[in-house]
Amino acid sequence: MSQAATTAGAAPAASVASTEQYNYAIVKKFAVAAVLWGVFGMAAGVWIASQLAWPFLNFDIAQITFGRFRPVHTTAVIFGFGGNALFATSYYVVQRTCHARLWNDSLASFTFYGWNLALILGVISYMAGITQGREYAEFNWQIDLIILVTWVVYFLVFTMTLLRRNQPHIYVANWFFMSFILATALLHIFNNIEVPVGLFNPQSYPMFSGVQDAMRQWWYGHNAVGFFLTAAFLGMMYYFVPKQAGRPIYSYKLSIIHFWALIFLYMWVGAHHLHWTALPDWVSTLAATFSILLLLPSWGGMINGIMTLSGAWDKLRTDPIMLFLITALAFYGMSTFEGPMMSLKSVNALSHYTDWTVGHVHSGALGWVAMISFGSLYHLIPRLWNVNLFSLKLVYVHFFLATVGIVLYITAMWVAGIGQGLMLRAFDQYGNLAYTFTESVVFLHQPYVVRAIGGGLFLLGMVIMAFNIFMTVRSGIKAEARARQEAIEAEARTA
Amino acid sequence: MLSLWEWIQDMGNSKTLALILFMSTFVGVVIYLFASPRRARKFETYRYIPLDDDDSHREPTTSRRDKTESDEQ
Repeated sequence: MSQAATTAGAAPAASVASTEQYNYAIVKKFAVAAVLWGVFGMAAGVWIASQLAWPFLNFDIAQITFGRFRPVHTTAVIFGFGGNALFATSYYVVQRTCHARLWNDSLASFTFYGWNLALILGVISYMAGITQGREYAEFNWQIDLIILVTWVVYFLVFTMTLLRRNQPHIYVANWFFMSFILATALLHIFNNIEVPVGLFNPQSYPMFSGVQDAMRQWWYGHNAVGFFLTAAFLGMMYYFVPKQAGRPIYSYKLSIIHFWALIFLYMWVGAHHLHWTALPDWVSTLAATFSILLLLPSWGGMINGIMTLSGAWDKLRTDPIMLFLITALAFYGMSTFEGPMMSLKSVNALSHYTDWTVGHVHSGALGWVAMISFGSLYHLIPRLWNVNLFSLKLVYVHFFLATVGIVLYITAMWVAGIGQGLMLRAFDQYGNLAYTFTESVVFLHQPYVVRAIGGGLFLLGMVIMAFNIFMTVRSGIKAEARARQEAIEAEARTA
Repeated sequence: MLSLWEWIQDMGNSKTLALILFMSTFVGVVIYLFASPRRARKFETYRYIPLDDDDSHREPTTSRRDKTESDEQ
């Protein structure tokens, strides 16, 4: 539909109608929260990356040292930025594809306050030194309970909205969102079965110990990657890529195979984080085998997304939002190739406990998760406020800063990780270690500096996005106020 | 029949059982998708769901600064 066909006066009335049809207020809240958490979380990341390159940045303040600030960074970017973006997009997509308003506005609002309260409490507690010490699940048991209640309510709101749909078929994006909600509930509950020390004591003891506990933690850790950081963002991809391209997804059948293959395979791969440990060897081999098999659905999904642009590649020249979405898919393909390769025991013997792992995580987290979220938020936010983006040029600037930042980051970590791995495994002719640990630390300094610069560029892009979104939202609020004023004046004239 | 039930209950067979269950379910999904050309065609019509929602009420109330091609569709 061309823009000229819509008169300025008609839009506000229709806008009111759409507000009644769908609950956009909750989507707006989550979308803005995602941007704010993104700025904070990425700034925390750059800060700790800089601390590794220049340790004086600790300033001898316990609350901001690497050990305490690292979970602040991971929580803020994964659950703050990623989580809020997922709430926003899942609530938007389920309404749009089911042609139904979100079930129960109050409970939907509850998920916003519950989720963000848990995250804020988490950040404060980590800085105070209170943590469960479980990676990506550092929240103490009281916060775990807040998350649990919030997540059950999220499940209810999403499921009830699906049940009241006016569209006979549930679009595949919602399958991915639903699998993410169910799997995350399962993971959160089983990884946090703890015995609290006391009602007002944040400490608790895990139900399992030793290798069983390690297995449980990495069953959680990798499935958090699989269902929170992959399946859910694939849901985002299956809606926003076709929508932004203005073309349907390349193959719906392929999307169904992609979904079921991913669901069947992902739950088995967590143990590849524990190669060469006390874990039974067959468990290690099983995890590596399923990791290799995962390449098939992952690349099937990537091809499905990228081929959506088949016949319309020129959009990449003119649409920076499309650039974000397609580059995200390219990084998804790259990191889902690198992951299975690193899960091979022989490769893992070199890569594990080195910065290669950190680089791999960030090629997925920055390249796939953040880029697909940026693209989706740039598509979503102007539509929520019924305005155009403040500046498309700034989107281009953001895109190139982010891309250069990621490339610097992951290449620096490849150099650091592979070099570090080789140094720690090198022997002299007498069978002694060829390098001391300190020599490997000295070697890491330059890659760490490059990593901090790469992260800094990515953060700068995020700040530019926040400015662009702020100006867009501000113009939307002003336009709404103006339209309301005009409607009141028109009513007064007719009366 | 009883021996089959005992085989299933044996934890040592859990890996084989899980493999049979998951593999056959997945193969079932693939057969379901491709066995009937009519069903396959029906599935392909679902591709258009994201494009079916009416965007006309989302036209901007403020003038455009710059726009992407997809904005015009």
